[in-house]
Amino acid sequence: MYRFDRIAWSKLVLFPLALVPAGLLVEGVFANSLGADPVDTLTHATGIWALRFLLLSLAITPLRQWTGWNWLIRYRRMLGLFAFFYATVHLAIYVVLDLGAYWADLITDITKRPYMTVGFAAWLILLPLAATSTQRMIRRLGRSWQKLHRLVYAAAILAILHFFWLVKADLREPAIYALILAVLLGARAFKAWRKRPLGAKD
Amino acid sequence: MKPYRDPIIRPSEITDERDFYGRRSLLAALAASPLLLSGCESASSEAPVGPPPVVPNAGATPSGPAAGGAIPGVKTSALSTSEPKTTWSDVTSYNNYYEFGTGKDDPVVQARSFQARPWSITVDGECEAPGTLDLEDLIKPHAIEERIYRMRCVEAWSMVVPWNGIPLADVLKRFKPTSRAKYVRFVSLADKERMPGLRYPVLDWPYQEGLRMDEAMHPLAMLAVGVYSRWLPNQNGAPLRLVVPWKYGFKGIKAIVRIEFTNRKPATSWNDSAPDEYGFYANVNPAVDHPRWSQASERRIAADRNLFNARIPTLPFNGYAEQVASLYTGMDLATYF
Repeated sequence: MYRFDRIAWSKLVLFPLALVPAGLLVEGVFANSLGADPVDTLTHATGIWALRFLLLSLAITPLRQWTGWNWLIRYRRMLGLFAFFYATVHLAIYVVLDLGAYWADLITDITKRPYMTVGFAAWLILLPLAATSTQRMIRRLGRSWQKLHRLVYAAAILAILHFFWLVKADLREPAIYALILAVLLGARAFKAWRKRPLGAKD
Repeated sequence: MKPYRDPIIRPSEITDERDFYGRRSLLAALAASPLLLSGCESASSEAPVGPPPVVPNAGATPSGPAAGGAIPGVKTSALSTSEPKTTWSDVTSYNNYYEFGTGKDDPVVQARSFQARPWSITVDGECEAPGTLDLEDLIKPHAIEERIYRMRCVEAWSMVVPWNGIPLADVLKRFKPTSRAKYVRFVSLADKERMPGLRYPVLDWPYQEGLRMDEAMHPLAMLAVGVYSRWLPNQNGAPLRLVVPWKYGFKGIKAIVRIEFTNRKPATSWNDSAPDEYGFYANVNPAVDHPRWSQASERRIAADRNLFNARIPTLPFNGYAEQVASLYTGMDLATYF
């Protein structure tokens, strides 16, 4: 039986909070306050929020290990699903609003343009992860669930690459996100190295 | 019958100037509620297309026309397109000008306090009559024209802009280029004190651009000093910028301080930064993609476009093929992109 405790209550608050960026964008569309190129603003903002939620979900494990706050784990699925939500909206805006009548160009984009290939691949990876995020799927997949969900590292790396590849000259913004991801993945690598079986050759 | 008496108007009854001029946006806001129901028609079609009215003496500087003031006696031109224009507000708040930040909404904020006057321009190199002139003396002999041109950014968005300026050829001829002048090189101001974007080495400052002599002499090429019959706002390249409508927007160098005739192909900033992505010619060409994205279509930012129909096909030479294609006969445009 699910225990409706303090963390469950806090998630009820966090859920609408995570939707605030999307809400502000919808409001911006109606108020016509998204700048001269609203499609570009919508695409960029949803992409950034997908990446932010992905990094937040990846921050849970190192943060838990560092602080010992094991209850943090209970926010992870929600953060990961919001990453998938914003990534899906991001892709949908690109196809429906940006390409629009030119939607058939999506195939050329994905096959010919490396930044689109990696971006789409990142979304494809998130798809089965979102689909297997239910309690039932976790139980059913057992040990292989964790193996499958390690793919999120690949998705995050591809998302960062996607960002780097579409920038024209100023790499500062993607570099900040890359640095954060490097820290989060580095923490895992460090832990794995420390926990290596004794007697293993260095 | 009661004799007529002038009504006494209390100060509190007088509509504030800002509210008076803002009455359209108030109406637009009221009209926004049915928009919610009608399925998000972009409200940009409701906003005024032109600039706000001129407030006399606002921001005037003693040494010349203030950025944003009205330009008197602008002539129309047969070279203008009749396509719906991009609004004043979009033209002046969304552009690339890395000297004032790399975001497209940075220049309007970061160039606010830039002083574009007094301004002088040096014209030198392979010519008989080099010199350094005040901006006013450079413009004075010419009639200022309005040219409504398409502007296609290399990032695949576009605008329709009513530039005000003078034909580049007419200006260049005054300095009597010699037969050794094969190219024209343009250099932007690079002043760390006045241009905050220069703190970051995103490009190799100063910004430089160049044209082949026959391109520079083409009647479509112009030096712009204004937009929407207002002196150029700082963020749009005040006080003097290049406009070459058949080329990608980055050829339109801003805040020009030097024009040099040369017999060698000049280095150009974006070409230096990424030679495989940005060429010297940079002619708009839907058939030659940017290595990372398609150039076959573009998002048009204009009053007649909205969220759902912004994308339109890109035309060879940005729709100016009839006038300029002959400049490039025999050239492989995929090699000389």
